Amino acid sequence: MAIAIPPKARLIGRRLLQAAPAIAGIVIITFLLTRALPGDPAVYFAGPAADEASIAEIRKQLGLDRSLPVQFLAYLGDLATGNLGTSISTGQPVLTELITRLPASLELTLIALLLSIAVAVPLGVLAATRPDSWIDHLCRFVVTAGVSLPTFFTGLALVYLFYYLLGWAPPPMGRLDILYLPPDPVTGFYLIDTVIAGDLQATLSALQHLILPAVTLALFTLAPIARMTRAAMLQVLASDFIRTARAAGLSRRKVLFGYAFRNAVLPVITTLGMVFSFALGANVLVEKVFAWPGIGSYAIEALVVSDYAAVQGFVLAMALLFVALNLTIDIIYTLVDPRLRLED
Amino acid sequence: MASIADHPTPASRRNSFWRHFRYVLASNPVTAVAFALFMMFVTAALFGPWLVPYDPLATDGASALQPPSWSHWFGTDHLGRDVFSRVVVATRLDLSISVAAVALSFAAGSALGSLAGYYGGWTDRVVGRCLDTIMAFPLFVLAMGIVAAAGNTIENVIYATALINLPFYARMARAEVNVRRESGFVQAAKLSGNSDLRVLAMHIFPNSLPPMMVQISLNMGWAILNAAGLSFIGLGVRPPTPEWGIMVAEGANFIVSGEWWLALFPGAALMLAVFTFNLLGDGLRDLVDPLRRT
Repeated sequence: MAIAIPPKARLIGRRLLQAAPAIAGIVIITFLLTRALPGDPAVYFAGPAADEASIAEIRKQLGLDRSLPVQFLAYLGDLATGNLGTSISTGQPVLTELITRLPASLELTLIALLLSIAVAVPLGVLAATRPDSWIDHLCRFVVTAGVSLPTFFTGLALVYLFYYLLGWAPPPMGRLDILYLPPDPVTGFYLIDTVIAGDLQATLSALQHLILPAVTLALFTLAPIARMTRAAMLQVLASDFIRTARAAGLSRRKVLFGYAFRNAVLPVITTLGMVFSFALGANVLVEKVFAWPGIGSYAIEALVVSDYAAVQGFVLAMALLFVALNLTIDIIYTLVDPRLRLED
Repeated sequence: MASIADHPTPASRRNSFWRHFRYVLASNPVTAVAFALFMMFVTAALFGPWLVPYDPLATDGASALQPPSWSHWFGTDHLGRDVFSRVVVATRLDLSISVAAVALSFAAGSALGSLAGYYGGWTDRVVGRCLDTIMAFPLFVLAMGIVAAAGNTIENVIYATALINLPFYARMARAEVNVRRESGFVQAAKLSGNSDLRVLAMHIFPNSLPPMMVQISLNMGWAILNAAGLSFIGLGVRPPTPEWGIMVAEGANFIVSGEWWLALFPGAALMLAVFTFNLLGDGLRDLVDPLRRT
C-alpha cells in the first residue's frame, strides 16, 4: 500500500530535488572560474618578485600541477569539509570570515526586501484598481525611474541629503556608532542582538545605520515588484471569475483581496526570484557606499588585492544563497497557490 | 480572391514603416524625447573629445574642488580636472563597453537560442541547462567573479557583461524561433530545397528580429549599469581614464564633506543614458508590436 503523501509535500520534495543540478552547476563554474581561466593563481600567491622555481614550488603546493579532474575532486573534498581556502590578505580561513560577515549582508538585504515589498505591492494594487489616476501615474514613474537608477548613485544621493545637508543620518560607516560595542552574536542581526542584550540605545543606533542602505536597496528592487504587481492585478481583474464574483454581488473588498489579489500574488512571487538576483548584486554596491561590513565589501577588498580564495568563496556563497532564496520562494508559491488547494 | 494590393511591394512596405515610425513618434512624445536623447549620447560618444572645453586628463592643482561655475559647468574634481569634459568624454567608453557586450551577447545568444528552438531535443536540453546554470548565480556577482578570475581588464568586463546578458537573448530567440518553426513560410522554404541552417538563418531568424530589437534596447541600459557598477567597485577601467562608474566612485569620497558635483554629474549622465535606452525600448516595442503595449 502506498503511503499517502500530501500533494503539496510531494511538490516541495520534487522542487528540492530540482535544485540539485543548479548546485552542481554552481560548484563546477566556481571551480572553473579560478582554475581554467587565464591568469595563474600561483603567480599571484608567489608575489611579483618570485622566480620560476618558487612559482613552480607554490604551484605544486597548491596542487595546481595536477590534472583538472583531479583538482576538481580535491576541490569537492575541500567543499565537503567546509574548507574554502585561506584568504591571502587577512590570513583567516575564508569560510570563517564569510560566516561572520554574512549576517550583516542578510540583515541589510532582508530588511530592504521587506521594505520594498511593503511599498511596491500596495502601490501596484492601487495602480491597477485605479487606472490612469495619480497613483497609477506615480506607479509608472517609479517603475521607469527605478530601473534607471544606479544603486550606488542613489546611495550617495541619500548620504548627501540625509547626512551632509540635514544631519539626520549617522555617517555612512558600518553598522553601529563607535560609542557602542557590537552585541554578543546570537543571530548576528544587530537589530535583534541588541534587543536580546537589553541595550536599546544600541538598537536605535543600529537602526539609524541600517535605514539609509536599506532604503537604497529597496528603491532598486521596488520597480520590478511594483511593475509585476500592477500587471498581474490588471490581468486578474479583467478575468471572468472576477466578473462573476462582482456579478454575484460580493463586496469590493472581498473581490479584491479574497479573489483578485490571491491570484495576482503568484506571478509576483515568481518575479521575486529575479529581484533577488538583482538585489544580491546591488547589495555589493550598497555595502561599498555605506562601508557596510558584509560579504560584499569583503569581496571588494579581496578583489583589490586579487585574493582568489576569498572571491571564489564569495561567489559560491552568494550563488548558494540565491538558490536557497529561490527554493524558499518556490515553497511559498506552492503553499499559497489557491489552485493547488483543490487537489488536497 | 487575393488581389495584387494585398501583397505590398518592399518599397511600399518600407514607406508604411516610416509612416508608422512618424506616427509613433508623434503620438508618444516621450519616445521622441528618447530618440533625441539617444542622438545626443551618440554625438557625445562620436565627437566628445573635440566638443569639450578642457582636456579631461589635465590636472590643475590651483583650481581643485571648485563648485560648478561658468568656466567649469560641472565644477572641478580633487585634481582640478574639469568634470564636464570628463563626463562628456566618458560617454564613448561607457557606450562602447555596453554596445560591445550587448552585440556579443546578442550574436552568441541568438545563435544558441535559435539552434535550441529549431532543433529541440538534446540541443535544446544542453543549451537550456547551460543557461540555467548561468541564471543560478546572482548575475552581477557572477560578472564580478569572472572579471576577478580572468583578469582585471576592460575586455574582460565586456566578456563578463556579455555572458550575464546571454540567457535573456538565448531564451527570447528560442521562444521566437520555436513558434515559427512549423509556420507556412518555413515549410515552403524547406520544400524549395533550402537546408535547415539556411531556413533558420535566412527565413526564421529575420522574422524574429523585431522583438529582439526591443530586448537589445532594454538590455543596453542594464549593460551600462552593470559595466558602471563593475568599475565603481574598481574592476575594468583604471584611473585616470574618464568613465562614469569610476568617476562616481572617486566622487563618493567627497560626498561626506559636501562636494556633491564630483559624483552627481557622472551619476546623472549614467542615469540619463540608462533611462534613454529603457524609454527607447518601450518606444520600439510600440513601433514593432502595438499589441504588447504597456
